Amino acid sequence: MPNNSAQFEYAPAPESPAIVDIKPSYGLFIDGEFVDGHGKSFKTISPSTEEVLAEVAEANDADVDLAVKAARRAYTRVWSKMSGAERGKYLFRIARIIQERAREFAVLESIDNGKPIKETRDVDIPLVAAHFFYYGGWADKLEYALPGNGNRGADPQPLGVAGQVIPWNFPLLMLAWKIAPALACGNTVVLKPAETTPLTALLFAEVCQQADLPPGVVNIITGAGETGRAIVAHPGVDKVAFTGSTDVGRAIAKAVAGTNKRVTLELGGKAANIVFDDAPLDQAIEGIVNGIFFNQGHVCCAGSRLLVQESVADEVIAKLKRRMKTLRVGDPLDKNTDIGAINSAEQLAKIRELSDIGEAEGAGRWSPACDLPQTGFWFPPTIFTGVSQAHRIAREEIFGPVLSILTFRTPKEAVEKANNTPFGLSAGIWTDKGSRILWMASQLRAGVVWSNTFNRFDPASPFGGYKESGYGREGGRHGLEAYLR
Amino acid sequence: MTTLKATAPPVGPDPSAAFADATASESALRRFLHGLPGVDQVGAEQRAAALGTRSIKTTAKAFALDLAIRMVDLTTLEGMDTHGKVKALCAKAMHPDPTDPGCPSTAAVCVYPDMVATAKKALGSSEVHVAAVATAFPSGRAALDIKLADTADAVEAGADEIDMVIDRGAFLSGRYLEVFEEILAVRAACARPDGGHAHLKVIFETGELQTYDNVRRASWLAMMAGAHFIKTSTGKVQPAATLPVTMIMLEAVRDFREATGQMVGVKPAGGIRHSKDAIKYLVTVNEIAGEDWLDPDWFRFGASTLLNDLLMQRSRMRTGHYSGPDYVTLD
Repeated sequence: MPNNSAQFEYAPAPESPAIVDIKPSYGLFIDGEFVDGHGKSFKTISPSTEEVLAEVAEANDADVDLAVKAARRAYTRVWSKMSGAERGKYLFRIARIIQERAREFAVLESIDNGKPIKETRDVDIPLVAAHFFYYGGWADKLEYALPGNGNRGADPQPLGVAGQVIPWNFPLLMLAWKIAPALACGNTVVLKPAETTPLTALLFAEVCQQADLPPGVVNIITGAGETGRAIVAHPGVDKVAFTGSTDVGRAIAKAVAGTNKRVTLELGGKAANIVFDDAPLDQAIEGIVNGIFFNQGHVCCAGSRLLVQESVADEVIAKLKRRMKTLRVGDPLDKNTDIGAINSAEQLAKIRELSDIGEAEGAGRWSPACDLPQTGFWFPPTIFTGVSQAHRIAREEIFGPVLSILTFRTPKEAVEKANNTPFGLSAGIWTDKGSRILWMASQLRAGVVWSNTFNRFDPASPFGGYKESGYGREGGRHGLEAYLR
Repeated sequence: MTTLKATAPPVGPDPSAAFADATASESALRRFLHGLPGVDQVGAEQRAAALGTRSIKTTAKAFALDLAIRMVDLTTLEGMDTHGKVKALCAKAMHPDPTDPGCPSTAAVCVYPDMVATAKKALGSSEVHVAAVATAFPSGRAALDIKLADTADAVEAGADEIDMVIDRGAFLSGRYLEVFEEILAVRAACARPDGGHAHLKVIFETGELQTYDNVRRASWLAMMAGAHFIKTSTGKVQPAATLPVTMIMLEAVRDFREATGQMVGVKPAGGIRHSKDAIKYLVTVNEIAGEDWLDPDWFRFGASTLLNDLLMQRSRMRTGHYSGPDYVTLD
């Protein structure tokens, strides 16, 4: 596992899993209580060991109906009538409980998802609490949220019941991105976590109980694609929010077409991370590593295409390879692990397939030497050099720790290549020249443009895509617009 | 007073020849130093902070503590220093933990030039080196011939290592060539009559250079002039050593070896008081410069109070309990 040093061998430093109490089976959280589902059940496993963690109910149409009705009741009778200041108190309370139970959430997220404890501890869970705090602050200030609202007279109104379907890459964080603004605006929710990572959402349901949140305001129902489809299609849902693949996003857009439902979609990406020859190179290397290897590359806004100016390409690639040799792949609960397990066998197969295609198409494949564990789903950090726009690995989202490296000669060419994709979620610019950053940012067709950094998130900053990366914005004041009329 | 020894034979491999073009004129040197890739402050500090989160436990911690002790330049640089104080320091350096003969000695003691002879005598045949601060330490505000005399005096008294300060005034006003030539001259003054030479550590006083770009430029400037070690601080200016500054210097020595094949050592000094901090530095050495630098020949801690904390941690690892400050010697 550690491949950087024979001399200074970091001894295992595992975070204890004793803090979490995983039950053998979980029901659905509907109307403030855990209830048995009416459908089948499925198992959730640890991607790093393939051990079964728990049996989880698979909500069927009847369960979805119960959840939506509970959410409607809570909306009509309680939540829509409550003052913004009171709603805000609940959000603050939830945020504080999450902070108090941060270690428990961090360990559970790491076990169920496979991501390193370092990331759940330092990124996921702190951001989750920050989102609830941030939107808690908006709850009593909504009349200032929509531009020009003061001229229209009426205060903005909630939409009703939000049906929310979230992915497995940042399970609790995506839950926070969805639930916090919805509740702040006075909506109630029915949320389905991804089938491979339901556990932190179910722990969040406990937090809702602990916070005395009125029953039905938050309903968490577990399941796979069918359950998600049932939520989207349910006539009692006023708003659909989805984060996930572009294919599913398309299906959702079709399903809601012609209805009154509002939709926001946050879909795939194939972001360009653009390094100019005057960039702060050592920090750019960190940005490249963080851009594609953070969270095993399971990041929709991952910097999966490195566009590097030809004059520094060799130097950047050499530095990148040296840096990659210090990445530690292994036990997600070890505090020194940089790259954890791939979330599922299915995702691993997809990463392998696209990587093999990259090799077959003639790109140069390289990974540092690293011993991968025998059980579980693992993929080494990998780069492809000599990639051109025509290669599939430059066009399709791999959603794994795989970087495609392309070169450019001029800023104009960098913009053309960066924009030459159906996606448009994010981009990165590395240069010491401020005017170039501003010019590039105005040219790039991407929802988020980072300059001299990558994968930085803040609840105050809106996030969302251009083109096939989706529509609508989450985070910031803009994130409120998706939950108000 | 010793005369300027710029004509003396160069001591050790001389990288300055490899950079003859870059150091041919003030403008060439400026172009070279300003052509180095910039440092993004936010990114650099994030990276250093991330390295600081490595969790070093059990066997790794035992290894790191022993290595850190072997890397200490045990320092006393006070107006109130006496022969008695320096002798006590030397005794501590040779046998840091009197209760454990297995405890390694420190790399060196670091004193003012007038204390070199005392330290040398006290250390006798032990392997602990004597490092002397010279060149009008800590401010460096003296004429060149006085700085060279200061250096030669310390070398003559038997100093194994000379810790010089650069002229920060010259550096900050862009007179890089002046700084470069001064380092060359001090390096020449490190020569001994027997053909050997004292090792030269070049102190930047990074707390006065302030920007990471300056730290990177000063690092290259000193390495091109033949510094054996580059050192952050005198300990007399705040902030002294910080993890990001040391990281930038470690990047510089790494890149310099790649360019020239020559290794240069790094010494953070001042403000490192706890084992936990020392271990963060060692992690940074390991992951930025590489394990070749995990050696007292290539990495040092300029410190005084750090040693006792290392000893207390070491004794805890050995015995399973904390002994308390009364069980380490105060010298």
